[in-house]
Amino acid sequence: MSAQAASTENDSPRRQALGLLARAPLADLAARMQRLQAVCELPAHTWLRKPQTGMVMLRARIGGNGEQFNLGEATLTRCTLRLADGTVGVGTVRGRAAQHAEYIALCDALLQRPDSAAHVNSEVLDVLASAERARHAQRAAEVAASKVDFFTLVRGSD
Amino acid sequence: MNTVTELDLAHMQPGFAEPVHEAQAAFRCVLDALSQPGRVRVMPAAITPPAGLSVARAAMLLALADYDTPVWLAPALRDGAAGHYLRFHCGCPLTAGLSDAHFVVLDGLAALPDLDTLRLGDPAYPDRSATLLIEVSELAEGGPITLRGPGIESTRSISVAGWTAQTTAFVQQNRAGFPLGVDIVFSCGDRIMGLPRTSIVEI
Repeated sequence: MSAQAASTENDSPRRQALGLLARAPLADLAARMQRLQAVCELPAHTWLRKPQTGMVMLRARIGGNGEQFNLGEATLTRCTLRLADGTVGVGTVRGRAAQHAEYIALCDALLQRPDSAAHVNSEVLDVLASAERARHAQRAAEVAASKVDFFTLVRGSD
Repeated sequence: MNTVTELDLAHMQPGFAEPVHEAQAAFRCVLDALSQPGRVRVMPAAITPPAGLSVARAAMLLALADYDTPVWLAPALRDGAAGHYLRFHCGCPLTAGLSDAHFVVLDGLAALPDLDTLRLGDPAYPDRSATLLIEVSELAEGGPITLRGPGIESTRSISVAGWTAQTTAFVQQNRAGFPLGVDIVFSCGDRIMGLPRTSIVEI
């Protein structure tokens, strides 16, 4: 993928949804999937690639002009599934939670189907997005509480 | 290496259902085939191969190919379902250059390239050579071609569809360059037969 393609796809709704699902705690996502199941039948699927866990090298760059270096490896679980109607969903999550990857792939597939996309958006994505905003806000508040303002009390006599 | 198109997942076939055990079984089958040249083995794989690959060849590539092993496919296969299948399941580079390829996937003996265009290894590392996976329309033990060499007690005869004098010249030239050279695995549907560089071929 060229750098240009990567930057234009960065903001695609699919990418945002996959990121949101991958960052959500598994317990939250599982609870939302339960709710989703209540309003929209979760279809059966076959695996194109069963959940498999491996390592990815995280590369980083210091500053704007620094050389790339290997920050370290992270555990990653990925899977690809296909619904009966042929829709393919992919799921990738940091860690070893196969169930998490499966939920993500299922949501990804359902989001591509016009009849189920709205349900996934309302029952899963919107709730997870607001929970994520709340987590960020809480964290920001915790950090803000420890903020120290430095100011000069006495200047040296010079 | 070559232009990367987006993976076509909509028409993708699943790979091994149990990747570890099925890949081990496929590896064992290839090992047996190459250690007993001229014996026909049945590849124990329950997969649906993509268009252009037989069950045996798809299983061999699933078991053996990975991101370290460039695979050469005929251009029609490379851009078709087979190319997408290998990129998705094996993550292997699909090379356009025969001399880079660790695995060369050929249809029929007529497609055999010149030996010196292939990766033959170097004297310090003769194992750094290509393996040819050649699909033929018929493959059997017993026939006009006689094999001798390691893995064969005295002689073993085989028949391979499409075998010509040119093929004999290819394998004899390959044998003459030992320890350098390529190893061949013939396949026909779900059956395979090994013809490593050590085998001496007589008609």
